[in-house]
Amino acid sequence: MSIPNDLKYTKSHEWVRQEADGTVTVGITDHAQEALGDIVFLELPEAGRTVKAGEECAVVESVKAASDIYAPVSGEVVARNDAAIDAPESVNQDAYAAWLFKIKVTDVSELAALLDAVGYAKVADEH
Amino acid sequence: MIKRTPLYESHVAAGAKMVDFAGWDMPIHYGSQLEEHHIVRRDAGMFDVSHMRAVDVAGCDAQAWLRKLVANDVAKLTLPGKALYSCMLNPEGGVIDDLIIYFFSPTKYRIVVNAGTADKDLAWMLKQAEGFNVAITGRPELAMIAVQGPNARAKFWAAFPEAKAASENLIVFQAAEFNDWMIARTGYTGEDGFEITLPAADAPGAWKKLLAADVAPIGLGARDTLRLEAGMNLYGSDMDETTLPTESGLTWTLDLKDEKRDFIGKSALVARHPQRQLVGLLLEDRGVLRSHQQIITKQGNGETTSGSFSPTLQRSIALARVPLGVNIGDEVDVIVRDKPLKARVVKPNFARHGKALI
Repeated sequence: MSIPNDLKYTKSHEWVRQEADGTVTVGITDHAQEALGDIVFLELPEAGRTVKAGEECAVVESVKAASDIYAPVSGEVVARNDAAIDAPESVNQDAYAAWLFKIKVTDVSELAALLDAVGYAKVADEH
Repeated sequence: MIKRTPLYESHVAAGAKMVDFAGWDMPIHYGSQLEEHHIVRRDAGMFDVSHMRAVDVAGCDAQAWLRKLVANDVAKLTLPGKALYSCMLNPEGGVIDDLIIYFFSPTKYRIVVNAGTADKDLAWMLKQAEGFNVAITGRPELAMIAVQGPNARAKFWAAFPEAKAASENLIVFQAAEFNDWMIARTGYTGEDGFEITLPAADAPGAWKKLLAADVAPIGLGARDTLRLEAGMNLYGSDMDETTLPTESGLTWTLDLKDEKRDFIGKSALVARHPQRQLVGLLLEDRGVLRSHQQIITKQGNGETTSGSFSPTLQRSIALARVPLGVNIGDEVDVIVRDKPLKARVVKPNFARHGKALI
């Protein structure tokens, strides 16, 4: 199970990468994709949608089950990964390359509440 | 206490992800459910189905008892080894279980029943045996391996050349006894192949030989998508004790030809007119159908009973119970996470023998 050190994480198994332009890129962790199994469908938020931290904003469906994806921080969705929608299996192949959406962060203090790799490793261990 | 089949160690050694299935610790997949599905449609795979229960029936009243017990008519079985799929009904016409009966002689049969219903079934059978000269013996000590796919039989014979003579002339839905194994040309995937019933002690060695013959282990996840594509019902999802076979796509398994035969549930079946039917759904919008999603039709509401992503069609499919009057080709709405998605009503036969049928 891979948990890169340069990313932040949520308890609900999203990864978050802080970009230089004030946005964050969001995906699901390697642990999450493995638990879900073969992913066959993604429903991602459209650009322009405003989300609150903790809000359900996407769905990842595997052959087994549907799983809600939560916005890790509040802000405006500025992009979604249409290539991943067309090839949902890319999330299984490399969960950190196949990002899902990007959010323009409104409150940077929310980023401090996210887990680091060590903190997330403990969460992943328990589930 | 969760039960383990004689192949538990083989699954763990193969890297299986194990899950609780009807009280049994079973492999859901060995890495990728989708790949396993395609292997069975295109080549050959094997399933541990030892959680299913064989029940042997012997005695001079065996045929008469089975003609009372189940809704299909075992009297039509005359070819040794020939199998019959049937529902076992309660007096109200509901489905206690669906099962396969193998005929060896009018005084010797074997029934194979579902894992989750095995104890209930056996208790029901014993209760119905009163007054019949018949011995009913559950065989929980037997293991079962299903080898399925277009190359399944050839690979099985490569692994067990000594079993070829006994099994190469089997027609579909026929079994042969081979020493203390039963080799049946049956399955639950819509592909050709065999289901082997064998002593538990033989199972790990047989599994190993099949692996060496390039038969891939396949988990219960792919078993479910394979049977769904083939339009085969899953007991407990697509039918149960509250549904009539006529509401479950199983009218073809009811045999009413012999007017003198009185099987359990017959009078209810004749008296009760079904209001619902089981159909197939093909999702036209993007998304994945699951069981228990609401369906909106012009004739009233219905519900999906099984749903998944079809690896062969690369689209979502479902079995669904809808009001009578809904026709093949109709467009209906399925409520998925509070949103209506468009689906088309189709015959519940999506893919078999390696090919999409839609």
